[in-house]
Amino acid sequence: MSRKIYSDAASALAGITFDGMTVMSGGFGLCGIPENLIEALRDSGAKDLTVIGNNVGCDGHGMWRVLANNQIRKVLASYVGENKILESRYMSGEIEIEFNPQGTLAERIRAGGAGIPAFYTRTGYGTKVAEGKETRQFPNPDGTLDWYVMETGLTADISLVKAWKADTEGNLVYRKTARNFNPMIATAGRITIAEVEEIVQPGELDPDQIHTPGIFVQRLVKGGHYEKHIERLTTRPRPTAGENR
Amino acid sequence: MAWTREQMAARAARELRDGYYVNLGIGIPTLVANMIPDGMTVTLQSENGMLGMGPFPYEGDQDADLINAGKQTITELPQTSYFSSADSFGMIRGGHIALSILGGMQVSEKGDLANWMVPGKMIKGMGGAMDLVAGVPRVVVVMDHREKGGDSKFLKECTLPLTGKGVVDLLITDLAVFEIDRRGGGVRLTELADGVTLDMLRACTGADFAVDLQG
Repeated sequence: MSRKIYSDAASALAGITFDGMTVMSGGFGLCGIPENLIEALRDSGAKDLTVIGNNVGCDGHGMWRVLANNQIRKVLASYVGENKILESRYMSGEIEIEFNPQGTLAERIRAGGAGIPAFYTRTGYGTKVAEGKETRQFPNPDGTLDWYVMETGLTADISLVKAWKADTEGNLVYRKTARNFNPMIATAGRITIAEVEEIVQPGELDPDQIHTPGIFVQRLVKGGHYEKHIERLTTRPRPTAGENR
Repeated sequence: MAWTREQMAARAARELRDGYYVNLGIGIPTLVANMIPDGMTVTLQSENGMLGMGPFPYEGDQDADLINAGKQTITELPQTSYFSSADSFGMIRGGHIALSILGGMQVSEKGDLANWMVPGKMIKGMGGAMDLVAGVPRVVVVMDHREKGGDSKFLKECTLPLTGKGVVDLLITDLAVFEIDRRGGGVRLTELADGVTLDMLRACTGADFAVDLQG
């Protein structure tokens, strides 16, 4: 068995969690979240966590469970709706939230993982997001100048990601829109733990189709159970037989 | 009289052009997806990592791994591609998306947009809105002209915290359509909704505008 593979999410997290640590977690809403590792993080009891991710779960699901267990002190996210506990703890000052524009958050994580300490973006110039940050002008191709805001790269003590398949080397393939923040988060963790739905042997994944190379993955686990809760089920009626559509 | 949500969306759909890659916000802008003219190819981007968004799935065919930025289950098309959030916002920030249509709380006559927070109320977050307005070359805002209490939402200066400064090119309200010069060249009124007079519009608009009605 590969040295990266752990038998379950709890053992994949054993010995590396601590109070006050920074955790990044992949997913957009509940799509592509590392459900089993989040459960194990809750069970670890590690507290005063700083959690970085696009969202913080939603009522009853995902990172909400860690939040509901009083383990989170600070959040960096772009959107935190549909989360009543977070709302009340934010309004009461128990939890700090640093709101990041979604693209800025994605790029800060990408930069952190790529060894880039800071970058400039037009996003947020002239808004609250730019307050207290360095700004400067850069030229456009036509010679006009635009203002940009300096944003810093982000890294984490532990990154938790969810992929569809992995080989035993930790090469990862994501599925559909469950990819989202996972590839960047995989690169930005001091220790990155990936959970997947299936682990295959080397050679079974096409090397040209790998999304995250195994160098970014230190620990790997096959998720024990997937809820894959859908936040907003939207469908259309199936055409009846004979109907031309 | 005023335009309905559907009429506002239909007016926004007239901003589409063949071959455009477009990002649609939540609310009225979402309705634009159903109003793409026949024979026109428009590719919809979903900022959670997808180009080529298809319709809602048939009942029972939903896939939890396939959602749009509003967290709704959707489908893929033969030409669909998937990518990371960093690539997605690279497309947006890098100016590769031709058009963004989104909702607003307030717009100023300089093209400032506020649509993400109200001080004192719970902040849900800006999501991708700040990146979209900062990076997409043409930004269309679709919103009601007035607050429920009657106050204008199209103002000299926004009073709510901004999403972007000098970012709006076209404002479509239930009463009128305004072209805005985001470099500070002012506002032109180009269309009035059915039954709306210039005097009525002036009485409920905080922003200054020149009149350049077409037709």
